[in-house]
Amino acid sequence: MQTEHTDILEVQFEDVEQQRSTSALGMWIFLCTEIMFFGGLFLAYCEYRHLHPESFAAASSRLDWMLGSINTAILLTSSLTAALAVRAATLRSAGTMRFFLGATIVLGVAFLTIKGFEYHTDYQEGLIPGASFTYSASQPAVQPREVEMFFMLYFIMTGVHAFHMIVGIVAFFILISKSLRNTLTVQTVENTGLYWHFVDVLWIFLFPLLYLVGHH
Amino acid sequence: MSQEAASIRSYLAVFAALMVLLGATVGASLLDLGFLALPVAMAIASVKAFLVAAIFMHLRQSSSLIRLIACAGLFWLGIMLMLTMSDILTRV
Repeated sequence: MQTEHTDILEVQFEDVEQQRSTSALGMWIFLCTEIMFFGGLFLAYCEYRHLHPESFAAASSRLDWMLGSINTAILLTSSLTAALAVRAATLRSAGTMRFFLGATIVLGVAFLTIKGFEYHTDYQEGLIPGASFTYSASQPAVQPREVEMFFMLYFIMTGVHAFHMIVGIVAFFILISKSLRNTLTVQTVENTGLYWHFVDVLWIFLFPLLYLVGHH
Repeated sequence: MSQEAASIRSYLAVFAALMVLLGATVGASLLDLGFLALPVAMAIASVKAFLVAAIFMHLRQSSSLIRLIACAGLFWLGIMLMLTMSDILTRV
């Protein structure tokens, strides 16, 4: 971790403060593009759920809401550790920062592991959309093709979310390695923290929309 | 350092609130709320997202320019959702 007076000031900036706020601004603009990226998926979800409410409720009840809740708790906790890591970076305590970054990585991997087990169960139950999709409806209002659409959205949305988490975990490893080599700046930690919190916010909306629709 | 290091206490308070709201959203889904289920779930999720954005993402202390950018993202998302759903919801 670099100390305050050695923070590298790039030539295009007036001072460290301007450099810091510019960096945060750039990160927020990137997050806006991410909002629009996921926005399309949320829009598709809204439309199909409105068109096929019974099928979406029946499909959602096939997901394990207990595992979903545990994963939500894990991800919320990882946001806390990420926030504490950013705080430690701001206070220039590199050891504490690395500890909380490590904790965030462990929680992120725990989330992905549980997600992997869920995907495995879905695979065994034949819920992966495509030729091998098998679903027998118990009520007349539930159509297997519409249930398949729910699972299409479920796998794309949670899959893209999981991919973002993998990127975040790799980024945290890079932060730890940079910190050990004394080439890490506070802005980098802050921006990576913003990214991780954004991924957390996405899940906050994905969880009730995917797991909690039907009876369970 | 321009940005005051936020106190651990406020982070822990937000974390506790997030956990309570997680319990609330799961609890509400176990009740049969009918047509209210979706608005309740989305309201709770919005409060959680607001807490994360305001405290963990430092929007509370951020410059108005950054807050404007964050609101702009939501605004354009709102345009997309509302214009499309105003079509879908009003089809005969």
